[in-house]
Amino acid sequence: MNSLDSYLFVSAMLFCLGIFGVITRRNAIAVLMGVELILNAANINFIAFSKFNGMNLDGHIFGLLVIVLAAAEAAVALAIIINIYNNMNTINVDDAAELKQ
Amino acid sequence: MIDNMMIALPLLILFLPLVSFIILIFFGKKLPRQGDWIAVGSIVTTFFFAVYLFIQMILAYDPGFSHGASFSWIDLDAFKIDLGILVDNLTIIMLLIVTLVSSCTHIFSLEYMKGDIRYSRYYAYLGLFTFSMNGIVLADNLISMYMSWELVGVSSYLLIGHWFEKDSAANASKKAFLTNRVGDIGFFIGIMLLYTAVGSFAFGPIFESIGGGSSITGLTLTLAGLGIFMGAVGKSSQFPLHIWLPDAMEGPTPVSALMHAATMVAAGVYMSVRLFPIFTPDALLIIAYIGAITAILAALIAITQNDIKKVLAYSTVSQLGFMILAVGTGVYTAAFFHLLTHAMFKANLFYCSGSVIHSMHHALHEAHDHKTDPQDMRNMGGFKEKMPITYLSMFISTLAIAGVPLFSGFLSKDAILAGTLAFAQHHPGHFLLPIFGFSAAAITAFYMFRLIFMTFHGKPNMKDVFKDIHESPKEMAGPIVILGALSFFIFYTLPYYNPISDYGWFKDLIVAQTSAVPGSMTANEIAEHSHHAHYLAMGLSVAVASIGILLAVLMYLKNVISAKNIASRFGFLYDWSLNKFYFDENYNRFLYQPFLRLSETISWLDWEFYDKYFINGFGRITNIFSKLSGKLDYEGIDQGIVDSFGRITGAAGKNLKKIQTGRLQNYLLYVVAGILIIIIVQAF
Repeated sequence: MNSLDSYLFVSAMLFCLGIFGVITRRNAIAVLMGVELILNAANINFIAFSKFNGMNLDGHIFGLLVIVLAAAEAAVALAIIINIYNNMNTINVDDAAELKQ
Repeated sequence: MIDNMMIALPLLILFLPLVSFIILIFFGKKLPRQGDWIAVGSIVTTFFFAVYLFIQMILAYDPGFSHGASFSWIDLDAFKIDLGILVDNLTIIMLLIVTLVSSCTHIFSLEYMKGDIRYSRYYAYLGLFTFSMNGIVLADNLISMYMSWELVGVSSYLLIGHWFEKDSAANASKKAFLTNRVGDIGFFIGIMLLYTAVGSFAFGPIFESIGGGSSITGLTLTLAGLGIFMGAVGKSSQFPLHIWLPDAMEGPTPVSALMHAATMVAAGVYMSVRLFPIFTPDALLIIAYIGAITAILAALIAITQNDIKKVLAYSTVSQLGFMILAVGTGVYTAAFFHLLTHAMFKANLFYCSGSVIHSMHHALHEAHDHKTDPQDMRNMGGFKEKMPITYLSMFISTLAIAGVPLFSGFLSKDAILAGTLAFAQHHPGHFLLPIFGFSAAAITAFYMFRLIFMTFHGKPNMKDVFKDIHESPKEMAGPIVILGALSFFIFYTLPYYNPISDYGWFKDLIVAQTSAVPGSMTANEIAEHSHHAHYLAMGLSVAVASIGILLAVLMYLKNVISAKNIASRFGFLYDWSLNKFYFDENYNRFLYQPFLRLSETISWLDWEFYDKYFINGFGRITNIFSKLSGKLDYEGIDQGIVDSFGRITGAAGKNLKKIQTGRLQNYLLYVVAGILIIIIVQAF
C-alpha cells in the first residue's frame, strides 16, 4: 500500500463522500462538513503528488494553505449559517431557497 | 375702307347682342329699368348697322357681292378648323330681317313684358338669341353654323320656358329642345360625312370638292345632304318633327314673333338655301315631299284650332313647308324670298295677336276673370272698332299671307307655286307636289280669314270683357305699323312698280346658283321652266286664294254656311284636324312609350339584374374571399405560425424553468453530473 494509486483512491473516496454529503444533506452544518471533506480530499492529492511526483515542498505548502483557507471558509460559512438561522429560524438549506425566482 | 366696314360691321352686329346678354345676365337687376335700355339700344344699333350694310349692297347692286374673313381656330396639321364670316347679299338680307324683327320685338316687349318677374333675364335671353341667330347667318363654315345652331336651340328653350312656373311652358320648352336635338343629330352626321369626304368645314371648299365630283358622290352625298337637311327639319319644324312649334307658343308672344315666326324657324330654310349646292336630285325630291306634306298637313290642322296663337303657329309650319318645298323643287331663291316676306308679315301677325292677347288679358283682369283663356278666339269677336290699328295692320298681313295681289306674300308664294308647277310639268310623276301646294295656299287663305273674322268681326262674345278692350300703347303699336306696312309689295319690287311680278331688287341681287352636284338641272333651266309656269301658277294661286277667302266670308262673316254642320258632317276629318292628326298621341303611343318601356326594361336589367347579381355578386364573392383570406391570415398564419413560436418559446421556458429549483444542492448535482459527462466524453 505504498503506491500513489492507494492515496488517490482514498482521496477520491473522500471527495465522493464529501460531494455526497454536500448534495444530500439538508442540514447546513452537514453540508459544511461535506465541503471540508472535499477540501481534505484535495489536500491528500497535493501531499500524494508531492511525495511521488517530485513536487517537493510545493504540495505541502498548498496543503497548509488549503487548511488555512478551510479554516477561514468554515468561519465565514458558520457566520452565514448563524445569520440564516437568525433570519429564517432554520438551517435547513431547502428552506433557504431564495435564489429561486 | 368699305372692305373693312363690310367685315367690322357684321362682327359688331354679331357681338353687340352678346355683350348686352352678358351685361344683363350678371347686372341686369341692379341697372336702372332693369337694363332694358341696354338690350334695346344694342339691338337698334345693330339694326342701323344692318341698314348701312343693306344700303351698301343696294349701291353695289351686284349679285356676286361678297366679303369674307376667317381665322384659324384649331390647327393640328391633319385636323384644321377655320372659323370665319361670309357677307354676301343673302347674309345681308337675312341680317336685316333678324335685326329688324329683333328690334321690333325688343320695343314691343317694353310694354308687353312690363312688370314681368324676370324682366331683365328676358332681355338677356333675347340678346343671346339674336347673337346666335346672327352667328348662323354669318357663318362661312359648318362648324360655327352648328355651334350657333345649338345656341339658338338653347335660347329658344330658355325663352319658351320663360314662365316655367307653368307646367305647360316647362314641358313645351323641353319638347322644343329635345325635338330639335333629333334633327341636330342628323345635322351633325351630315357635317361629319361631308368633312370625312372633303376635309374641310368651310362652304367654299365643300362646294368646290363636290363640283369636282371626286371625293363624295351618289348615295353618300344624298345621305350627307339629307342629314344636314334633318337639322332644318328640326329647326324649321317640318313634318315629322313639327310637333314642337305649336307647343312653343307657351312662350311670351313677342318671342313667338321673333323666333317661332320670323327668324329661328327660318334658320332651317336659310341653311338649306345656303347649302343648296350640295343637295343631290334624290335628296331634293325627299326635301320637296317633306315640305309639301308639312304645308298641307299644318294648314289642315290650322283650320280647326281656336287658340289664336295656335292658328298662327300652324300657319307658320305650313309656310315653312312652302319654303322647304321651294328648296326641294330647285327654286330656292323663291324660298328665300318667301322667307323674307313671311318674316315681315308673320312677325306682324304675331305682334297683332300679342296686342289682342295683351288687351284681352287686361280686360279679363279688370273683370276679375282668371279662368277664361285670353287666347281663345271664341271669347273674342268685334274687336274691330276697339283696336283699329291692330285690326288694319293684321288685315294687311293676312292679305299678304293669303296671297292676294298687291301684297308681299303674293309675290313670293307665287314664285314658289310656279316653281312647284314647273317641277311637276317636268316630272309628271310628282303631280302631288303642286296639288299639295295649291291646296295649302287655299286653306291658308281660309283659316287666316277665319281668324280675322272670329277675332275682329261679328258680335262680341263676352260683353263684360269687351267693354275694357282697348288699343295697345305706342311701344306695341309702333312695330305693328312698321311691319304691317312692310307687307305691301312695293318694298320688294323696287325699282319696279309691277304688283304682280316679283322682278325687283331682290330678284336682281339674289341669283340662283346651279347645284354643285354634277348632273343636276342648271339654275337657268329651272328658271326657264319656272318662268313658263308663271302665269298659270299666278292664275291658279289667285283663284285658290279667292276660294279660300270666299269660303271664310260665307262661313264666318255672313254665316251663310254653318261651320258646325260641316264639322258634324265630316266628323272624323274634323276630329283629326282638331286633334292635330293625333301626332302627339301617336308619337306618345308608338315612340315615347315603347322607348320608355325599353328604357325601363334596360334599367331593370341594369339595376335588378346586372347591378344586383353581377356587380353585387362580385362584391359578395370578394367579400367571401376576403373573409376566407382573413380567416387564413388570422387563424392560420397569425394564430398558427406566429403565435405558435411564442407558445413554443413559452412552453419551453415554462418547462425549463423547473430545472431552476433554487436549491444549490441541485445545481451542484448538475455540475458534478456535467463534469462527469465531460470526463467520460474526454476519456473516449
